[in-house]
Amino acid sequence: MNQISLTWAFLTDADRWPLILSRTLDHLGYTALAVGLSLLIALPLGLWVGHSRRGADVVLSVAGALRALPSLGLLTWLTVSMSVGVRMPLVPSTIVLILLAVPPLLAGIVAGMVAVPRQVVDSARASGYSEGQILSRVEVPLALPVMIGGLRSCVVQVLATATIVAYVGLSGLGRYLIDGLALRDYPQMLAGAVLVTGLALIVDLSLALLQKTLQPQGRVS
Amino acid sequence: MRWGWAVDNAGRIGELAWAHFSLSWPAILASFLLALPIGWFAQRHGWARETIVVFTGLLYVIPSLALFVAMPLMLGTSILSPLNVIVAMTLYGLALQVRATVDAFGTVPGDVRQAAIATGYPAWRRVLAVELPLAGPALLAGIRVVSASTISLVSVGALIGVASLGTLFTEGFQRSFPTQIIVGLVGTVLLAVLLDAALVLLGRLLMPWARRVG
Repeated sequence: MNQISLTWAFLTDADRWPLILSRTLDHLGYTALAVGLSLLIALPLGLWVGHSRRGADVVLSVAGALRALPSLGLLTWLTVSMSVGVRMPLVPSTIVLILLAVPPLLAGIVAGMVAVPRQVVDSARASGYSEGQILSRVEVPLALPVMIGGLRSCVVQVLATATIVAYVGLSGLGRYLIDGLALRDYPQMLAGAVLVTGLALIVDLSLALLQKTLQPQGRVS
Repeated sequence: MRWGWAVDNAGRIGELAWAHFSLSWPAILASFLLALPIGWFAQRHGWARETIVVFTGLLYVIPSLALFVAMPLMLGTSILSPLNVIVAMTLYGLALQVRATVDAFGTVPGDVRQAAIATGYPAWRRVLAVELPLAGPALLAGIRVVSASTISLVSVGALIGVASLGTLFTEGFQRSFPTQIIVGLVGTVLLAVLLDAALVLLGRLLMPWARRVG
């Protein structure tokens, strides 16, 4: 009970709010940077694989295998072995988050496009759509809810994992957990846990809402 | 890379691998067993289905480090207790496995269930002897995902001081010694592959009728 009231005191201390806010923004910034760069990789690759329907199995199994790599191991290894690692921990951290973000993005894009019925694509082709038009007017709109689902699980995983980049010296809400651990300050750790969980839930629910809004009309769900 | 280090420290690496395994298997088994009744119930009751799947899915959103840290408060354990990691991993396992179990029981054909009822199977025997074996391959596919994810996430426990192969990551980082981290990475992946192979083998033994599973 004492721990909870100390945590409550930590969170409601107005002097701490500016730092909490700036760490929250840092946390969101790392997430946005990694997800943005991952989109640059996953979007062209996924659209190409999904449209040509070639190599989908290979792409998905490589992406699946990447998920088995422990992020903490990759993060510490890259930080220690890259020449810029310790000076600029943002570089190894972003690489780790990208490796984490690409698989769910790719899986969502490819799965969404492969699920578009063949006949629909063929009839679009028969009525004179160019390949580019098929992609932009038929396949992508139909695959969009599944793609957004992939984006959602990607963002949530990156946001959750961005907690551990504090270990190699970056900011973010993980700071409270790592610093609290070093200082044996349990209320501070608990406050960090509450903050980062709340942030993750808010982001997840907003994306769920987006996913609902983008559901094409007139489709049986 | 200094492979000699791995040879010199083989005993310690083995101990950490064993600790890693000891943290993982109880969580994997517990999430499999707990997901069975929850998933079965959710699949049979439409109103509960969405709620249960959404709620357990939300568990996966919680960052693992945050969950480890919150555990002592809920369990009354010390912050260094391995139980924190096991229970947290069980919750993550549930987040994945409940959904897989719902889908697995959903693959049982309705007419097979009806036939079992018509031939006079009592409810509990119908579930255990008809529905469970038919849902088996999809349940196995689910638990293989849980196993891979658990092995990978357990290593984060090293940050709060619970020993596992993840300890090689934190020690290697503090000493700026990449070899140690690589050994930890290879060990973790190896452990995940071995456990996966064991699950596939177990599936073959328990479900000899299912030629290809997963």
